[in-house]
Amino acid sequence: MIDISQYLDITAEAPDRPAAQVHRLSRGEWRDAVERAAADGLTLLGLWGARASVTLALLDEEQARIGLLSFSPRNGRFPSVGRHFPSAQRLERSIADLFGLIPQDAPDDRPWLDHGRWGLSHPLGKAGQGKAQDYSFLPVEGHGLHQVPVGPVHAGIIEPGHFRFTGQGETVVRLEERLGYVHKGIEGLMQGAEIPRGAELAARVSGDSTVAYGWAYAQAVESALGVVPSARAQWLRAIMAELERLANHLGDIGAICNDAAFALMLARCSVLRENVLRAADAVFGHRFMRDIIRPGGVSVDLSGDGIARLRDLLADLEQAFPRMIELYDNTPSLLDRTVGTGHLSNALVRQFGAGGYIGRASGRGFDVRKVFPYGPYGQMDMTVPLRGDGDVNARIWIRIREVEQSLALLARLLETLPDGVPLIELPKPSGACQGLGLVEGFRGDILVFVALDRHGRIRRCHLRDPSWFQWPLLEAAIEGNIIADFPLCNKSFNCSYSGHDL
Amino acid sequence: MALVVALAPGLVGLVRKVKARLLRKRGAPVLQPYATLLRLMRKEVVLAENASWLFRVVPYLVFASTWVAAALVPTFATDLQFSWSADLIAIVALLGFGRFFLALAGMDVGTSFGGIGSSREMLIATLAEPAMLLIVFALSLVAGSTQLSDVAHALAQPVVGLRVSLGMALVALVIVALAENARIPVDNPATHLELTMVHEAMVLEYSGRHLAMIELASALKLMLYLSLIASVFLPWGLAGPDGGLVAVVAGIGLWLVKIAAGGALLAAFEVSIAKMRVFRVPNLLGIALMLALLGTILLFVSRSL
Repeated sequence: MIDISQYLDITAEAPDRPAAQVHRLSRGEWRDAVERAAADGLTLLGLWGARASVTLALLDEEQARIGLLSFSPRNGRFPSVGRHFPSAQRLERSIADLFGLIPQDAPDDRPWLDHGRWGLSHPLGKAGQGKAQDYSFLPVEGHGLHQVPVGPVHAGIIEPGHFRFTGQGETVVRLEERLGYVHKGIEGLMQGAEIPRGAELAARVSGDSTVAYGWAYAQAVESALGVVPSARAQWLRAIMAELERLANHLGDIGAICNDAAFALMLARCSVLRENVLRAADAVFGHRFMRDIIRPGGVSVDLSGDGIARLRDLLADLEQAFPRMIELYDNTPSLLDRTVGTGHLSNALVRQFGAGGYIGRASGRGFDVRKVFPYGPYGQMDMTVPLRGDGDVNARIWIRIREVEQSLALLARLLETLPDGVPLIELPKPSGACQGLGLVEGFRGDILVFVALDRHGRIRRCHLRDPSWFQWPLLEAAIEGNIIADFPLCNKSFNCSYSGHDL
Repeated sequence: MALVVALAPGLVGLVRKVKARLLRKRGAPVLQPYATLLRLMRKEVVLAENASWLFRVVPYLVFASTWVAAALVPTFATDLQFSWSADLIAIVALLGFGRFFLALAGMDVGTSFGGIGSSREMLIATLAEPAMLLIVFALSLVAGSTQLSDVAHALAQPVVGLRVSLGMALVALVIVALAENARIPVDNPATHLELTMVHEAMVLEYSGRHLAMIELASALKLMLYLSLIASVFLPWGLAGPDGGLVAVVAGIGLWLVKIAAGGALLAAFEVSIAKMRVFRVPNLLGIALMLALLGTILLFVSRSL
């Protein structure tokens, strides 16, 4: 058997991401490496295709090492990763849809993103004539089972996705998801785009994580070009990222409670969230701080007034937020709904490498800010909140703790904000190069891989949303719960449709 | 009778307004439900292709039965036009009739949400109805009649005084009223989440004037229950059979105050509590059933002493 650790050469010690080294493997080596990685309990961090190759990102959590492995199949078929990593199955199906590279012996060979409505097949590979196809859901057999199809169009303002419930009475026996309705072809648009254009596209992958995506993309480009932005730029990025986390977590806490028909929490949390967004608008000029992070730094500097405004915001939140926690903790009818609902086991979270509040609520403490510190996080004192109970209540509490943590981080970041130029000029690349970005968004770890050609245009850019490894777990979390509790579970996951469908 | 219909949407609007104010929101105007009903009346009806005649008839049936039931409640005077014709048991039966057909209509089109809604509604109804009947028995044991106007009249007498069994019946009736009107914690009238709905899931397929009829019937039902609680447990100010115009006007005024206060209390309660799990609802209704039963037994026992 081969030693997989020889490929894991990206470590946390490097100040920022070094230029990503991709190990090219033969068919046999690829097969062995995947098998070995699964046996060693490594985590799949990403799997993406290109016109004629597939690349696999593996993470060793204990050693804090990452490795990139690639394989170029000659016959368009590669040994399946999904056989050993269940989390890779949907990624593999997408690769087959987009590039026409077929995973061999894959457990699931149905299409995923391609619903037969694009008018062409394999748009990023050898494009062919697309045709409408029937999609067969997993068969169900048994006595007294009934199916409830929900979506893709839902009531309320949320994104489209189809959920097929099989229930026995009120109890959910199986949930099967079907996603891909908001496929926008971002990876196709990325190919051949200039670097600034790529930043704009990356910022539009998932609107609520626009800062995190912008940062991850910038990190990937900077690591490819070997540039390190100024400390001030890094600090400003972190300030924006924490503001984004704050706004999203506050919104989520309220929205989850609202799904248990406790509108009071939503009304109050929405006010707090709005305060954060307005402060962001006043200080950075955009409520969601979109397009401010650019490769090389940030486009908006923080003025003295801006710092004062953010300090005011923090003071307000520090006063108002404890009352939210008290309200949540002292409403037994609400706790009755959240405690014990949608339980997710630690084994599944580890197997799928789910990050963010979903992983941390089930005992997987992976946080990029801690394990692979980037920007100012290496100098920040932070503990990753962790719980083992894995239910809706735990996911709310992780969010509550992260809000508190973000408040503390923001205060510290504002205090230690160094001087410097916010934006530096990017050099021309000396040749084709590639880079990796890994950033902790509010949902979890966002991975961006960028390959540039010698003119500095994007050859291939892959953006992996944390939701890829969280959506499948929702199917597991709802099992055995009642159908009426699904909205509650779903909101506590709050996975991204847009980031996943790309 | 017409007054009840005319005021029912206003009550719904009031409850919504108070709820919004409690959430520090501005809220829609109190008269908004009237505008909604008018809009629905004008809109065309979209029918599912496989909808049967039942589906089209049910909204009118539900509305009619609820209206008749509401007319039987002595809202502001004990000798209203229809009070003589039927008693409390008839009210329960009329409401049950409406619910039965609504549940049928929910299943008629064959969508899964309608089926889920109907099955949940029936689960709730099978527990709420016996509780309601036991409440009726407890009341009639005190008043010596199941005729609502007699009950109200009897309970207004100072002889009755405070009774434990009546208190139990009140709590039970409030719980039943919450369940029957699809309010939090049993159902959430404001939700958009199809999977959690009970009453709304049954009527998801309705549109246009059909939906208007059903909405009006729901508003009437809320009015009915609040009036029932008010007339039985707060019977003061009801105009008697020999009361003149002044007594009637005073009765109407007091009734409006009672209803508005009831609506505001409902809103405050709804804001302060989360919705229950579907399978916890039987426990809640079980409490109502037990309370009503205890109240009845207590009356029997105290009488034989």
